[in-house]
Amino acid sequence: MMMTGAEIVIRCLQEEKVEYVFGYPGGSVLHIYDELFKQDKVKHILVRHEQAAVHAADGLARSSHKVGVALVTSGPGATNAVTGIATAYMDSIPLVVISGQVPSAYIGQDAFQECDTVGITRPCVKHNFLIKDVRDIAATMKKAFYIASTGRPGPVVVDIPKDITANKCEFDYPKTVQMRSYNPVVKGHLGQIKKAVQLLLEAKRPMIYTGGGVILSDASEQLTKLARRLGFPICNTLMGLGAYPATDPQYLGMPGMHGTVEANMAMQHSDVLLAIGARFDDRVIGNPDNFTSLPRKIIHIDIDPSSISKRVRVDVPIVGNVVDVLEEMLKLLDAEKAKPDAAALADWWKDIEGWRAKHCMKYKHKKNVIMPQYVIEKLHEVTGGNAIVTSDVGQHQMWAAQYYKFDKPRRWLNSGGLGTMGVGLPYAMGAALANPDMQIACVTGEGSIQMCIQELSTAKQFRLPIKIINLNNRYLGMVRQWQEMFYGSRYSESYMDSLPDFVKLAEAYGHVGIRVERPEDVEGALKRAFIDHKDDLVFIDFLTDQKANVFPMVAAGKGLSEMILAEDL
Amino acid sequence: MRHIISILLENEAGALSRVAGLFSARGYNIETLTVAPTEDLSLSRLTIVTSGSDEVIEQITKQLNKLIDVIKVVDLSEAAHIERELMLIKVRAAGKDREEVKRLADIFRGRIIDVTESTYVIELTGTSAKLDAFIQAIDTSLILETVRTGVSGIGRGDRILKV
Repeated sequence: MMMTGAEIVIRCLQEEKVEYVFGYPGGSVLHIYDELFKQDKVKHILVRHEQAAVHAADGLARSSHKVGVALVTSGPGATNAVTGIATAYMDSIPLVVISGQVPSAYIGQDAFQECDTVGITRPCVKHNFLIKDVRDIAATMKKAFYIASTGRPGPVVVDIPKDITANKCEFDYPKTVQMRSYNPVVKGHLGQIKKAVQLLLEAKRPMIYTGGGVILSDASEQLTKLARRLGFPICNTLMGLGAYPATDPQYLGMPGMHGTVEANMAMQHSDVLLAIGARFDDRVIGNPDNFTSLPRKIIHIDIDPSSISKRVRVDVPIVGNVVDVLEEMLKLLDAEKAKPDAAALADWWKDIEGWRAKHCMKYKHKKNVIMPQYVIEKLHEVTGGNAIVTSDVGQHQMWAAQYYKFDKPRRWLNSGGLGTMGVGLPYAMGAALANPDMQIACVTGEGSIQMCIQELSTAKQFRLPIKIINLNNRYLGMVRQWQEMFYGSRYSESYMDSLPDFVKLAEAYGHVGIRVERPEDVEGALKRAFIDHKDDLVFIDFLTDQKANVFPMVAAGKGLSEMILAEDL
Repeated sequence: MRHIISILLENEAGALSRVAGLFSARGYNIETLTVAPTEDLSLSRLTIVTSGSDEVIEQITKQLNKLIDVIKVVDLSEAAHIERELMLIKVRAAGKDREEVKRLADIFRGRIIDVTESTYVIELTGTSAKLDAFIQAIDTSLILETVRTGVSGIGRGDRILKV
């Protein structure tokens, strides 16, 4: 049957079982929007800004292991989407972003709403396409979904000129994809895996360090089995929170700039470090020279060879899909029947318990002032630890990561790599649509929330019962913290003056707003939001301590063993 | 260390800019770059001369392999290889210089491919070092214009880069 390009685009989405497309219409995508209108399998979520469309698709992907899809128009539609695309790229999130383009004959003539979308997005996509023939749409869409979701996932942009969406051809959706230039590795090299297992069994001070790759690969079950089987200490990075249950005794917390003493010290003093789906990021290991000043053997499992030996030299590289490699390791351990060195491990745990005894996460309560950490602890309590928590970027993000104990994967959504303020609310929208039965909390601050505040309108339109936990300290808290510590307390432009009345603002959008000013009201407000207003979006504006800082802290350029603790100040 | 990286990539619009963009985005340097389709017109062969520590070259190779349009990458300078570069050089050739320039071109096995009353265009092929040597040998005040293709390289013997 002959179909227009626009119809083919929608049929491709149907073939890929896409349930939600986040987007915003405009001139170049009108044919596609017309086809969307004529069917009801693919539901369109109309956002209020294209950046949020991509973030929401990203939130859906993070919380569900599906490919997120966004649809934007040419020119400003595409440029607005760039922040969302770059955010997904840094965290390896599978997305297909379809952008309209001016008609083929106008390309290069500075036409109305023209921009070089493929050129602009090139450095922040896994791949992108400009379609030049209606007959290429089906195969390109198939490739786009395949590339986005396989190997190390990432965003793929498909740019389609308007005339191509009007031209007609036969529709035939390819069943499979064959690309001579793209064949991601899945299975790890068995010889390397054997070497790794041997090294782990001989370790005296082993440590497991896992990142977002474990979540992306859905390998939590295998990771948990492996860690328990070996009895080794384990930490999850900011991107890996929930990969291993945070309430488990073997769990040492998050490593890195705001990691726990026990996680950082165990990373630093380990003699064998097993890194899984993590990339030795500067926010995790701090100064690489300090990190490598102590001898240790490193085993690194990652699907992306370029992540291996990028910042730190690795002894046993294993390129492969995390879940497959872990399965293989478990099999080998079963076959070997060998056990780790129990005596050495017991000594090692004694050291770790010593670091743990510092209780680095304790904080002082203040009378009459709400401590932000307390809000997160209460949030964990009221939601039974079962909510999907999204966050923006800053102090609140770190407190949420530190104090909400994530026991399951895909429950913690944040922009770890790019550090994009404004993702929290759109992430919550995507998560709410993908997980209609879950409680969704967006932990944010009065700075970040205003970067995508317009989405309160989208949330109303689609009745998304998100609970916004606004830790309002009237400062750009993380900036203020750095200024206090490293810039002689010169708070240059880090205050927030003329804040809106968030309660009234929430009400103006048709939501419920609550302001909480005293510690004793925190729990009640959360219960009101999550129980009494279960089906509503509730914006809770917590006026929190203005001077609270995030600790422990490894200052930029310092080593993991050079942490600053709250008590040191 | 100087390295010659050979790349086979899909002969598609934008493929070259992905490679060039990768180098600038990650702070790698490009000394020369040549690209043209192969006998199979769906493929382009690209040669990049770059320099960096072993770690940097390892990252360059890995990052190039990650590009979807890139099919194969090889560091030619890792083993026996041949490299050639072509230069067209226009020089002033009048009076007594005319004979001298011709002689020099002969010594370097260059060919004079364009002659006017006052100029020659000399075609010279060889390693980059040989082309540099010619430029050094000739009186610089005679040089009017030079254009170089950048290095093309190929492995010796059984070293074959093919799909």
